[in-house]
Amino acid sequence: MSAPPAASERPPAPAKPPRRPGDVVFSGLSTASAFSILLILAGVAIFLISKALPVFGADPAEVTGGEGFLSYVWPLVFGTLVASLIAMLVATPVAVGIALFVSHYAPKRLGTAVGFVIDLLAAVPSVVFGMWGFQVFAPKLVPLFGWLEEHLGFLPFFESASRTGRTLLTASLVLAVMILPIVTSVSREVFLQTPRLHEEAALALGATQWEMIRTAVLPFGRPGVIGGTMLGLGRALGETMAVAIILSPGVFTWNLIDTGNTTVPAEIALNFPEAAGLRLSELIAAGLVLFGITLAVNLAARAVVERRAEFSGAN
Amino acid sequence: MSKRIDVKNLDIYYGDFHAVKSVSMTIEPRSVTAFIGPSGCGKSTVLRTLNRMHEVIPGAHVTGEVLMDDRNLYAKETDPVDVRRQVGMVFQRPNPFPTMSIRENVLAGVSLNSKRLSKSAADELLEQSLRGANLWTEVKDRLDRPGAGLSGGQQQRLCIARAIAVQPEVILMDEPCSALDPISTLAIEDLINELKSDYTVVIVTHNMQQAARVSDRTGFFNLEATGMPGELVEMDDTPKIFSNPSKKATEDYISGRFG
Repeated sequence: MSAPPAASERPPAPAKPPRRPGDVVFSGLSTASAFSILLILAGVAIFLISKALPVFGADPAEVTGGEGFLSYVWPLVFGTLVASLIAMLVATPVAVGIALFVSHYAPKRLGTAVGFVIDLLAAVPSVVFGMWGFQVFAPKLVPLFGWLEEHLGFLPFFESASRTGRTLLTASLVLAVMILPIVTSVSREVFLQTPRLHEEAALALGATQWEMIRTAVLPFGRPGVIGGTMLGLGRALGETMAVAIILSPGVFTWNLIDTGNTTVPAEIALNFPEAAGLRLSELIAAGLVLFGITLAVNLAARAVVERRAEFSGAN
Repeated sequence: MSKRIDVKNLDIYYGDFHAVKSVSMTIEPRSVTAFIGPSGCGKSTVLRTLNRMHEVIPGAHVTGEVLMDDRNLYAKETDPVDVRRQVGMVFQRPNPFPTMSIRENVLAGVSLNSKRLSKSAADELLEQSLRGANLWTEVKDRLDRPGAGLSGGQQQRLCIARAIAVQPEVILMDEPCSALDPISTLAIEDLINELKSDYTVVIVTHNMQQAARVSDRTGFFNLEATGMPGELVEMDDTPKIFSNPSKKATEDYISGRFG
């Protein structure tokens, strides 16, 4: 540090802290990483929009189905949303149960073992789930579908049962199995992080194990469970291979236990290789719609988590 | 609403580790009893055996008896959950439930004990508990704000309000002021003085002046060496412990020669 020249009349500039090379390099790297994600996202969005544009200007009669893009895409969106929602509704309670068992009920070694097995489930490729669902699970569900038709057949969802079991409900249940690991492991992590002090506070008030979980663990873990569920929902919305193999696709129907319906990713995967021209645009536009839905789901999840941020305990 | 506690030949173990050896003492109702001693001497451990909170650590077990008005807390048929409903606890660091408002925090214990309270009864209990913890005037206009938004001292008094809302017989305090500034500490000490007219209070403290200020009786815990079990060296009226203790170790400790 050299002293400022004595003749200078300007007040000395406030001393800047020295910039060390390590700081410069690291802040540069992390900033670049942060911007690259924006670039990639923007690139994908631009690709989707530009390739999808022709279909919006096209003559409705030329679009598959002959009635324009919207009437082409909505059954696909419906199938996607229904399958994902069923998967989420089935998987989340089971996942929270497993996570609580692993984090608070099981003896340590058993808990670790169960957690490990759940993580293994996440390592099974989706195409394997697809083959299993097609070969093993779907036939096993046929009697259940028969039962549903017999006893709940007055509901439009269970009007007539498929004989192969390759239905939207089957695909939903396989999706539930597929998203189970991610929801479980995120929930388990947050449950394990419940501050011991809060658990003890509940116990010292005379809480039973379950009451302690209800007062201290679940409220603390709520944002994490929602986050995990949304990750799972994201995976279910985008899952392609398993659905494409299991589901015997068809036109829209309210009936969940017969062949019919399809999802956006499965529709794209099954038709993309032969598509060209306007058909290609259609499929890409369908992808754009899926992109929008996923984005909306994530924003909604954020809103839910933020709504009670003051009460989250993350302070 | 306060009970006498008799501890008889209590030995405390964590797994194979013998943490505290052969403690016998009587804790009088409607009084404040302080436990003092160097770190690791087992005073907090003994405190936690009085409401069976030490059992949250796997492998913890005791031999001997803790009698609360002649009922053995460690009898086979005694449920630790019932014990904790009668023996409340305040912890070293304030721990209001972060997801709950001030109101919900105070009523947390009552709603656990699955009593259905009418709105007016709940309001009354809320006010009574917060007044009992000298917190009512400070929070009465923001009962629906998060409990975690209060200052540390206020949070600790909120925890005391939560503990007294379930109307326990005994209140245990594990270094309740160690995370607080002197002014908040004073507020808690005043409160302890008021609490003893209704409850049996047992407090663990590292601060000998605090023990001298708030307690009627003081127990001094010590251990011979690291790894050895802690033990109760002596227990007597507080003025006697601080002016004329009967054991050399106590005198050394309170006069600052060690610890």
